[in-house]
Parts: sequence; structure tokens; C-alpha cells
Amino acid sequence: MCRLALKTANDPFSPYEVLEAMEAMKEGYDGSGLGLLLRGMEFEDFKYNPRFPILSGIAESKKAWKRLDRFMEDRGYELKYDHKFHTDRSHMDGKDRYRYFLRAYRMPEEFQGKPMGDKDKEDELMETRLALRQDGEKHGGDLSVFSFWPDVAMIKEVGWPLQVGNLLSLHDGQIKSRVCMAQGRQNTNYGINLYACHPFFVQGISTMTNGENTAFVPIRDWLLGQPFKGYMGYQSDSEVFTHILHYTLKQLNLPLQAYKHIITPLSLKELDAHPQGDFLKGLRNVCKRLIIDGPNAVIGTLPDETCLLVMDQKKLRPATVGGRQGAWAIASEMCGVDAMIPDRDPSLDFQPMREHTVIIPPARKELEIWSQYDQFPLSLAA
Amino acid sequence: MVPIRSVPIEPGSLTYHDLPWIIEHREDRCTLCGQCTSVCPKECLHLTYRRQRLPNLEVLSSKRGSEYRTFVGIRQRTDMVHSCIGCGMCAMVCPNEAISPVPNTVENRTLFLNNQKGEAYKRGGRRNTTGASLLDRIMFDRISMLTDPALDAGRHEFTLSTTIGRILSPEEYLKRIQQGGWIPPTREVFPFVIGSMSFGALSPNMWLGLLQGVAYCNEVLGIPVVMCTGEGGCPPWVLKSPYLKYIILQIASGYFGWDEIIRAIPDMQCDPAAIEIKYGQGAKPGDGGLLMWYKVSKLISRLRGVPEGVDLPSPPVHQTLYSIEESVMKMIQTLSMAFDHKVPVYPKISASTSAKSVLNNLVRNPYAGGLLIDGIDGGTGAAYNVSMDATGHPVASNVRECYLDLAAQGMQNEVPIYAAGGVGKNGNVAQNGMALIMLGASAVHIGKYIMQASAGCLGNEQNRCNVCNVGICPKGITSQNPKLYRRLDPDKVAERVAETFMAIQTDVKKIMAPLGRSQSLPVGMSDAIGINDKDAADRLQIKYVC
Ligand code: SF4
Ligand code: SF4
Ligand code: SF4
Repeated sequence: MCRLALKTANDPFSPYEVLEAMEAMKEGYDGSGLGLLLRGMEFEDFKYNPRFPILSGIAESKKAWKRLDRFMEDRGYELKYDHKFHTDRSHMDGKDRYRYFLRAYRMPEEFQGKPMGDKDKEDELMETRLALRQDGEKHGGDLSVFSFWPDVAMIKEVGWPLQVGNLLSLHDGQIKSRVCMAQGRQNTNYGINLYACHPFFVQGISTMTNGENTAFVPIRDWLLGQPFKGYMGYQSDSEVFTHILHYTLKQLNLPLQAYKHIITPLSLKELDAHPQGDFLKGLRNVCKRLIIDGPNAVIGTLPDETCLLVMDQKKLRPATVGGRQGAWAIASEMCGVDAMIPDRDPSLDFQPMREHTVIIPPARKELEIWSQYDQFPLSLAA
Repeated sequence: MVPIRSVPIEPGSLTYHDLPWIIEHREDRCTLCGQCTSVCPKECLHLTYRRQRLPNLEVLSSKRGSEYRTFVGIRQRTDMVHSCIGCGMCAMVCPNEAISPVPNTVENRTLFLNNQKGEAYKRGGRRNTTGASLLDRIMFDRISMLTDPALDAGRHEFTLSTTIGRILSPEEYLKRIQQGGWIPPTREVFPFVIGSMSFGALSPNMWLGLLQGVAYCNEVLGIPVVMCTGEGGCPPWVLKSPYLKYIILQIASGYFGWDEIIRAIPDMQCDPAAIEIKYGQGAKPGDGGLLMWYKVSKLISRLRGVPEGVDLPSPPVHQTLYSIEESVMKMIQTLSMAFDHKVPVYPKISASTSAKSVLNNLVRNPYAGGLLIDGIDGGTGAAYNVSMDATGHPVASNVRECYLDLAAQGMQNEVPIYAAGGVGKNGNVAQNGMALIMLGASAVHIGKYIMQASAGCLGNEQNRCNVCNVGICPKGITSQNPKLYRRLDPDKVAERVAETFMAIQTDVKKIMAPLGRSQSLPVGMSDAIGINDKDAADRLQIKYVC
């Protein structure tokens, strides 16, 4: 079973805090991998402009590094900032990496005037990421790219969370963010591959999961058949959760609440009694291929810094959310929440049940707990 | 020596050990009650006078020679018309266990003579091949051991239903909701459907029993089972009853019974579950339907709107002025319209290397509600032996190919694929059905299995019984002769239908729980299955396991 931790706060904080929470939940994973996603970035040595997309990844050799440079330049990107981690290899026994990178770019001219949310712009960012990933795969995996998006950074490495944190000196306050989520992975049956580490990312949307998605293969087959190029990868069965969330929000343009209705719809009997039963029955029917299965807690964040937590239909996995105005935490174990936000009222912690979607809106004032039995917030469902 | 001319030997003469089934009769147990002879559907048993020599064994006397006694004995007839079919009814009724048929393991000479009067061999049943089928050999091998608390088939809730009818892409659905477009009708049903067996092929009691059983499954057990009529219409009292919603009405090239159905539309209390258009049948691809004259009783003639006692062949093709693609399209559209676009309409074809093209045509037809692919192991009430044994395509690879083809277009399950043909052939109905579902079928149809499980059909793949075509069904399942079908108690059939579906439901859960699946039917979950045959694994794109 994997361990998950997410913290979101108005004041940027160091990712190391989240890694310490992972340490508190140590029993549940085997150190086969750590994934980190940061959103709402702040760099100690650079005044970051959140318009600039950040490319996150690992170059295994100088050659790969050079190729990356050339590729970005040719594509019209102008490097604005190249974050250097203070790496300290003594913490790790894994193989040496040439370069962990977080690089902020100014977009090519034709995209500069376009606002975020513009489809061409978003597709360009994704296609650039995919092209680099492909390039790395073509060269024996010497280049990995995890995300390329404004205000988002990702780190993935094999090892224990604190080990990785120390390796990259994440405690030095160089990087901070308003949202940070981390997953300590227990190796399931797909081998250790950095792309298999949660969180998964596509066009600003990211999720991570503890559990196993037993309906993975049919869902993957369906997503692979869609014309959208970003639905690829699938080194992990949990990657489809991210893609379904993306599909719900970006392709179907449905509100976040629809996600739960798609991955774990209510039963037909329950929908008979639902105020928008007919619409939701139809939605369940057309999205049947995306119904997930198995024990899962899905934690995610959206481009506007909204954070969310949903459970599988049988609530076979634990997850707790807690916090106070301005700072909230979600973790697979209660002790994880304790470690991230000790100064809260724990009696107000919430453990969602099967019908709930916990939403932490960008303002971080209070939790929104939305139930599938509630009115669905969409006029066309009426 | 007896002069040879006095022994009746003709080219077609047979003796009892040339026959497929040899009757073993124990004179010492038989009380000559005559029950076996009267129950035998083939009239192959007859009473004859026999003479027995009783040698005198008085050693000390000088008297020699034998005495004779005359007695009445039971013998097997050896002509083709009366050759034993191994149904075993004689054994079933014999109060003294004095008689039983035994398969002839040496040689069956009737194979060379079953073309009497120039008629090629016809029979009921299905392909005569024995042994484990490909489906029997598929294993469910992806057990969730690492991260899952195991699901409990007895305690957890499972969603087992499947959809009949066209499924829109999510984008199209939302668009139509916004613009007020037509949403194709769908039904949520149990994924094991009672396949098409016509009122005509089946006796009235069998049909009634099935219908009662289906209604019980739906209304009492909460298992949404549906059944298909087969060609030949549906009794008017059913058409006008609330049970019609459990019925898939079939239309085939003979259009038998459709006058009655169309006339009943204004009086229908509910819509039928679906309409199945039969273009082909797995057991006899490229061949039409056939109801032989023996079975065209008064009731059947009225239902089908034909004279009594004539052969009722449906042509192999739908008589139409259009090309086949157009005909399929127009027929689907017409039938959809007849029911106000509120009933899913789907075609049934025999499994074939051309199934993929049919499917791709359906993808472009917005009214097509699925595709039923019927494999070579499907059953039938009447067909030529050569069609049954040698013509057709196995269902597994055909379904798999079609599913993968849809998946490549991101459209799997939009035109749901239903599979039929040999599901439960060796009794493993849930295992066979779930294997097909994991290969990509949205549901399976079962016919012969239901006849065997719910009515005790005696047929098997060693050509036991299989006389469904000539109206002498010894169990009264496929006969229109009241003397025979009275043997079948509809209530008992209904009971067995209910028992059968309860057990299938449990088995399905027992298959799904270890795979960690409970939220939806594992359609296309090909990572969960493996087979110990490398070639089959490659062809089906599943794991080879050994
Ligand atoms: S097995 Fe059937 S066909 Fe053969 S003798 Fe007995 S009753 Fe007649
Ligand atoms: S039923 Fe049995 S006892 Fe009666 S005649 Fe036949 S073999 Fe003899
Ligand atoms: S018992 Fe009836 S239905 Fe079964 S094989 Fe014999 S004739 Fe056919």
C-alpha cells in the first residue's frame, strides 16, 4: 500500500514538511519510489513569474542535457531560470543522475499573448513534454520529463522520501510552494520506473492514489483509443485516474463533482431516487468504461490550486483531511495530517465516505464536502 | 447352411453393433412391462418371440437332445429409421434397471447411411466435438494479492448488469442533452441472456416455463434476466402482458409471427427488451431457419400465419432489393422506428471472418444497438449436419478481434458485442461466459445450456438424442405433440431457470471477487485471463500460462 500526503497553504512552505509527514507514515511503503508535485512556486534566488512554464525532469547524461537544450531552443522557448539543486549523493545508494532539473521558460512568441486555458497553448505545452519524453525513450531513457506547466514542479526518484529530500537538499528553503503533494510508493506489479511514480500529470491536472485499480486494462484501452495524445504512458494502473479527471474537466467540460459520478457512479437504484437521476444514469451509461474498481483513495490538485480527495466506491482505503483556515492537509494516514498541520483542531478532521468528494477551494477558507446524493451543479442536468 | 437368399441382406442392412448406440437388455430382470417400448421416441424397441434351447444335461440317463421354450423378449431394431439415439428414456422409465443404451465405441456405420432417400443428414443439437472447449481452458489468473483486502463474494455488493443498446460517446451524450437530441434506448440486464429459441422450435410448455422462470428471476430474485423469442413470433397474450419487457423479439428472414407482433403494438403495456434481427446463426451459418413440418401444429400455424403441417424454411437471406449493407441499415432503422425509437435493435450474425466489416458498418449506423456474434458451437433445433459440424467460426477470436478493433477507435462497448455459441457446453457456464466477457463481450447468450439445465435436455456432443428437428423430443422440450410436451411441467422448468440463474450469479461473483472487481462487469479485462496454449494466447492477445 502506498502512502499519500498533500498540504495546501496560503503561505508557501518547504516540500520537506510533507516529506516529514511521509516519514511519520513510514510503515506503509517500501521505498521503491517517491513522487512530489509542487504548485504555486517560489524560488529563493529568483523572482518567478507564474506565467512561465516550468520543465521538470532528469537528464542522465551531458548528451541528453544538450539535446534538451537544443530542442527547447529550436522550439522557440527562452530559458528564464534554471534551478540548481544542491545534491548530496551520500544519502543515496541508487545510481548517479547527471542532472535533476526545474527550468522556467518564456513561451514561444506566438503563444505569449494567449491566456492560460487557451487550448492551443495548453496543447503546445503538453506536446513539448511528450516530445521530450519520447526523445528520452528513444535514447535508452537518458531523459525523463515529468511536467511542463506554469507554476508546477515535479520530482521523482527511487528511494525513501527523506533520503530523496536530503539528496536534493529540499530542506534548504530554496524551493517553496503553496501546494505540495507526495506519494511514497509501494512497488506493485509494474516494476520500478520513474514514470510509474505518482503523482501523474497531464495539462496542469495531477492525482496520486494509494491502492490498486483493478479495472485498469479496459480503461487504459479506451483512453489509448481517444484522439487526445496526452492519454499515454500507463506504467502504473493509477495513471488513468489523472487522465479521467482531465477527461472530465477538459474534454467533457463538466464540473469537478462529475468526476466522482464517472469513476464511481451511484447504483441504478440510488439514481432512481436522485433529483437528476435521469441525467446521471445516462452519464453512468456512457462513461461505464471509466468506472474504476478496487481499493483507492485519489488525491489531486487542479491548475487553480483546488485540491481534492475521493474514495473508491466501497471505501476500501483510508484517507483523512484536516486543517484550519489557510492551511489544509490530506493524508492516507491520520498521523500524516498531524505531522503536516499540528496546530489544528483534530476533532474537525474528516474522513470521507464512499459518496464524498472533499474539495479544498483555492481560497483555503473551508472544506467543501460534496456528496453524490446532492444536487448536481450543472444546469443541463436539470 | 441357410441359403443366402433367404437372409435379408441389402446394401443398407445393419446389425446392432453397427449402430451408434447398442441396447443392453437384461432378460433376467425384465418383467415385460412394456414401458421402455412405449416411451422410446424412435420406436426402436420391439417385443419379439424368441425360442431358447434348453439342453438336456441328464448325465446318467441315455436320453439326449434339447428341449425348447418360447418367450417374449425385447430387441433393438436395426434399420436407419429406428436406430437408437441413445436418449436413455428407456433406462429412465424401466422399473427394473433392465435396459440401457451404451455408446458404440467400435464403429458407427449409420454415418454412411444417414442419407436415406437422398436427404442429407439433418438433426438438432450442436457441433459434435467432445473434450474441453477453448473457453473451458481459460483461467482467471490475475488475483489481487498485493494491495487488496480481498472482496467477499458473499458479503460485498456487486454490480453485474450489462447494457443492451447503443452507447453514445460521452461527448455526444452531453451534446445531445444540451441540444435535446435523441438518446438511444438502453436496457440494464443480466449478462447471461437466454438465447433465441423460437416458439415453434420449443414446445408451449417449455416456452411457458422459461417465461415464468425469467419473470421470477426479475420480480422475485432481482436478477434482470431477459430471453429472446427466436424467429416465429410470440404468443399474443405475452405481447400484451407486462412480461414483454423481459423479452427480446427476434425477426428473421421468414418474418414469421411479425404480423401478429405489429398488430399487437397498440395494445402493448410495455416495450420489449430489444429487437434482434437474425442474419445468421452460428450452428448453420449462411443457412436459413427451418421448422420441419412435424412441428407445425395448429397453434404454431396460427401464430406464424401459415397452413398446418408444412415445412417452414426461412430463406438464408433477407429478401430485399437493397445491398446487404443497406438492408441491414434500413431494417434496423425501420424496426427502431416501429417501436418509436424506444427499443434497442441489434443484429445477430454468425461468427465469421467478415464480422469486423459488419461491425464497422454498424458503428456508422446510429440506430444499431449492438452486435450478437454466434459461434460455430451454437445450437439449433434443425440443421444439416454438415453445417453444424463443419461450417462457421469459433466465437472467441471473433469477439476478441471485434473488441480490439473498437478499442483502437476508442469506441469499445459503444456498439456492445454479445457473444454466443457453446457457452456452458460442458457445464461451465459462468466460467465460459466470464471468459468471453473478459475477451470483450458485453453479454453472452445461452440456449442449449438452459435447455439442459432447466428442462433436462438429453442432447450432447456425442450425438445423443439430438432429434429436436422431428418433433419427437422425448422430454417434451422441442415437440409440438401434446402427448410429449405434457411430460414437461412448466412450473418445474421455471424453478430450474431460477435455480440456474441464482447459481450463475454466485459463480460470477466468485470469479470477480478474487480479481478485485465489483463495480462493473469486467468487459475487456484481458489482463485477468490466461490460457495454457501459446498459439491461442497469441491469437487472443492474452497471457500464456503454464
Ligand atoms: S435410448 Fe432412447 S432411442 Fe434408444 S432405445 Fe432407449 S428410448 Fe429408444
Ligand atoms: S421397462 Fe424394463 S422391465 Fe419394462 S419392459 Fe422395458 S426393460 Fe423390461
Ligand atoms: S431432449 Fe429434446 S431438445 Fe434435447 S436433444 Fe433431445 S430432442 Fe433435442
